[in-house]
Amino acid sequence: MAKPGLDGHDRGARIIARAYRDAGFEVVYSGLHQTPEEIVQAAIQEDVDMIGLSSLAGAHMYLFPRVVELLKEKNANDIVVCGGGIFPEEDIPQLKKAGIKEIFTPGTPLTEVVKWVEEHVEPRSS
Amino acid sequence: MSITDKIVAGDIRAVARLIRDIDDMVPEAREVLKDLYPFTGRAYVVGITGAPGVGKSTLVDQMVTHLRKAEKTVGVLAVDPTSPFSGGAILGDRVRMQRHSMDEGVFIRSMATRGYFGGLTQSTKSAIDVLDAMGKDYILVETVGVGQDEIDIVRSADTTLIVLIPGMGDDIQALKAGILEVGDIFVINKADREGADRTVSDIRLMIEMDEKRYENGWKPPILTAQAVFDKGIREILDEVEKHATYLRSSTERQSGIKYEKVRSELSEMIKDKIVRDVLSDLIQSEEFEDAVQLVLQRKLDPYTACDNIVSKKLKPGNK
Repeated sequence: MAKPGLDGHDRGARIIARAYRDAGFEVVYSGLHQTPEEIVQAAIQEDVDMIGLSSLAGAHMYLFPRVVELLKEKNANDIVVCGGGIFPEEDIPQLKKAGIKEIFTPGTPLTEVVKWVEEHVEPRSS
Repeated sequence: MSITDKIVAGDIRAVARLIRDIDDMVPEAREVLKDLYPFTGRAYVVGITGAPGVGKSTLVDQMVTHLRKAEKTVGVLAVDPTSPFSGGAILGDRVRMQRHSMDEGVFIRSMATRGYFGGLTQSTKSAIDVLDAMGKDYILVETVGVGQDEIDIVRSADTTLIVLIPGMGDDIQALKAGILEVGDIFVINKADREGADRTVSDIRLMIEMDEKRYENGWKPPILTAQAVFDKGIREILDEVEKHATYLRSSTERQSGIKYEKVRSELSEMIKDKIVRDVLSDLIQSEEFEDAVQLVLQRKLDPYTACDNIVSKKLKPGNK
């Protein structure tokens, strides 16, 4: 669970992290103000299955696709990337096109966020 | 290139994957660990332990900065608790260490306890070996915030730091047995808070009452620090260095410590394997369920039930 860019609001990210914890996931929380490079490096060191990006500050059109790009560069694009936060509706198809597998907007029930991962993210094998 | 070669060459993805496989108990991972063993034993392992919230992660973060300035490579293992209810975990130690994530000389890995109590899991111990084999000079192991009796770390670390903060209890706490007896270095963090002097003198009294034990050996120093402001960190690392020199100064002492370490590590490992291989089968057996029912109906006492099962299942020659 990561907070890219200059965005100091992580209540949402923490609640999502908690929901995954309660569903039996191990969640590594990055903390605030991470660059895409830092997020990708952490994801690789932790060998995660999925990166959840949270952004409420409007820079998602740069930050989210950049994470996907860096994962490709590092040969780690088997890591699924999802996003959550506040986005203009017209951005969502473009984000998906850029490789963000799913976008969750305000009001999505926690159960749905967890269910999506259970259904769409396969634990990567060795 | 074999996985072993990749790890010895410092391949980050290979290391990350192996630690995950170790954690998931993938059988192949154990084979890789066997191959890696000849490459271990070079890193200096420092354990950092203490109650939740005393500042272990921040301290580790600052220690990494200082060690990097001295051009040492560093591996960090940070353990956080697994939920006893869901089996999930939130691993948040990285939050305090993110400034090192772009540094190639630093490898940070979070681990969950996954139900093992003792501050350190068997897989953390194996992960220490992996980071050792990848060539890190120092490995800092931050335990889960422990209470009074979780002293696992001592077996795996060369030097154990106990982190305390002012106001965590009166001098009676310092009289008690357990975690306070195993520290090589005491760090009173958040030392700008009221009562720091008192905490220092409580710990000093505790150590001095144990004078016999320290007479011809290492007497744990007590240091004050304010990790957030990078105060006292250099002094801590100086003491770690002194402790390392002390350990090396006598071959007799060194081999004695090593003997104890190998002995307890091996017995822990055997215990772990027996629990995993035998107990997991046992608690799924019909016999076990029957015994549970009998005890539940108070037709049998649990002591007899236990003895019956153990003598039947664990007889020599039996599996």
